[in-house]
Amino acid sequence: MALPVARPGQQDPIYEGTRIPSPIPTVLEVDPAVKDTDDILTVNFGPNHPSTHGVLRLIVDLDGEVVVGVHAKVGYVHTGFEKNMEQKSWWKAITYAPRIDYLAYQNNELVFVLAIEKLLGLEVPPKATWMRMLLSELNRIHSHLVWLGTAALELGAISMFWYTFREREMVLDLSELVAGYRMHTRYFQTGGLAEDIPAGFYPECRKFVEWMPKAIADYDALLAKNEIWEDRTVGLGLLNRRDAIALGQTGPVLRASGVDWDLRRDDPYLYYDRVRFHVPVFPQGDTYDRYRVRIEEMQASVEIVEQCLDRLERLEGEPWISDDRKVVLPPREELHTSMESLIHHFKIVTEGYRVPEGEVYVAVESPRGELGCYVVSDGGARPWRVKFRAPSFAALEATATMVQGAYIADLIAIVGSLDTVMGEVDR
Amino acid sequence: MPFEGVPGLVETREAFGETALVVDPARLVEACTLLRDEHGFEMLVDIAATDYLGWGSPGVSGYIGTAQGRNLNRPMTQGLQALPAPKPKRFSLNYHLLAIQPGAPRVRVQVWLDDGEPVPSVLSVWPGADWFEREAWDLMGIPIGGHPYPERLIMDEDWEGHPLRKDYPLGGEPVRFSGEE
Repeated sequence: MALPVARPGQQDPIYEGTRIPSPIPTVLEVDPAVKDTDDILTVNFGPNHPSTHGVLRLIVDLDGEVVVGVHAKVGYVHTGFEKNMEQKSWWKAITYAPRIDYLAYQNNELVFVLAIEKLLGLEVPPKATWMRMLLSELNRIHSHLVWLGTAALELGAISMFWYTFREREMVLDLSELVAGYRMHTRYFQTGGLAEDIPAGFYPECRKFVEWMPKAIADYDALLAKNEIWEDRTVGLGLLNRRDAIALGQTGPVLRASGVDWDLRRDDPYLYYDRVRFHVPVFPQGDTYDRYRVRIEEMQASVEIVEQCLDRLERLEGEPWISDDRKVVLPPREELHTSMESLIHHFKIVTEGYRVPEGEVYVAVESPRGELGCYVVSDGGARPWRVKFRAPSFAALEATATMVQGAYIADLIAIVGSLDTVMGEVDR
Repeated sequence: MPFEGVPGLVETREAFGETALVVDPARLVEACTLLRDEHGFEMLVDIAATDYLGWGSPGVSGYIGTAQGRNLNRPMTQGLQALPAPKPKRFSLNYHLLAIQPGAPRVRVQVWLDDGEPVPSVLSVWPGADWFEREAWDLMGIPIGGHPYPERLIMDEDWEGHPLRKDYPLGGEPVRFSGEE
């Protein structure tokens, strides 16, 4: 694996002070002195544009080819996930969570299930926790692969797309092997996993773990020192440490701005405190560093997957779901012999389990940053309120800060480097 | 108590290992500035609004366990075993703060509001609050006082109502070209 390219002036501050527009932090307004002159051209970019990563609309003011004003409009894929989840019983609402961010489906599922379990105070068996970690990391690889493929595609590197989608297919095949679905698996159940890990998963996953580092090295060989890629990414879309924190940036965007912060290491959930992995941090705060962070994160994820596999193989035959009969469905075969099991099964399926009154906020490190879930329960069988803290939502707020003075062509690379998923922004 | 000096602090609650500070909305900006500068909560992670209309009473989610006893007209057993604790006002607005420090300290600042009661904008404390506040106005109808651009964010500009409120009906959106216009 090649080390990051040494660039002149790497240790210099990205920029002094703050570049967050004022008074509205998310809208870059045109200088009033030139606003109504003929030099300013206002262009509508999106909502349906191949490089907007979903349906994002940017109203861009151009002076020649230079962006002097930008105004982001969101909401085109608002589907009311949060409202819908309030109408469903807790375990049916789990189905909605992965669809919010359709690339980080496993992480979305995880955060909602963890929130329910926190309210219930439910213990999860080790095997399930290790498997959740493994799938979350595979999902991180999947999400970064889609980002890398599409971000490179937007800059004209079409071949990257074919490479990354080849490996993405391998991750999806593993998903299918485990849960029967390629995406939106709904494999994480309150209390553990929906089914036992199927035979044959470990060897298949091992094959992937062996293959993936070579593939990542290939991507890096294609892009890292590629002159065109460097020209289009180095020094563009700057965001310094202070602005990144003030704008609530998390995940790769924050780490590319030189902030050494990863919830997996700094606020561990699942068993992240029991595995070794490195957290890539880069100081330059540009599009190139956001690329570097994601590339190295994929390597870190492979490391974690490998360690999870080592643990899981030793847990063969262990339970994969909690045995709390008030929350977890009884084993299928018991329904023929045990009256209590039949009652529990019936109650859980028809009215759902009740979750104690309270409010919790649970956060995980999704591929895009801190994915939070704020859940309120009134003690009933349905959530009273579910609110997802979407990392893409916060990331898009930084657009106006990042694109100041950029060329229109670079706008695409800069917005792409935020890795936003509009389903998550609009919910 | 580390949070005793927070301006306008009404109550500190600990539950599920999380700390919630209930703050008087009039002194919210002061409280947030102090939390950022003195306690290191540099990052505003999320603003979540909740509507408690119908909290603990039948009719919204179909309860049977009401103060009046069992409601035979609502036979679906969505009932509660205990009535939830009453809430001071209809809306709560929750500011989830994070300190970029070892141990990842978090705190939830909570303000309680009636319908139409504005809450001061915390944009001057955390610029990242911008869209979160606009979302709270758009989807929950909480007016943000002093916001420089108090427009809807998610819904159309001419949308009526605030969809995440409990009294906003499911399927409240008129279906276009349905022949019933």
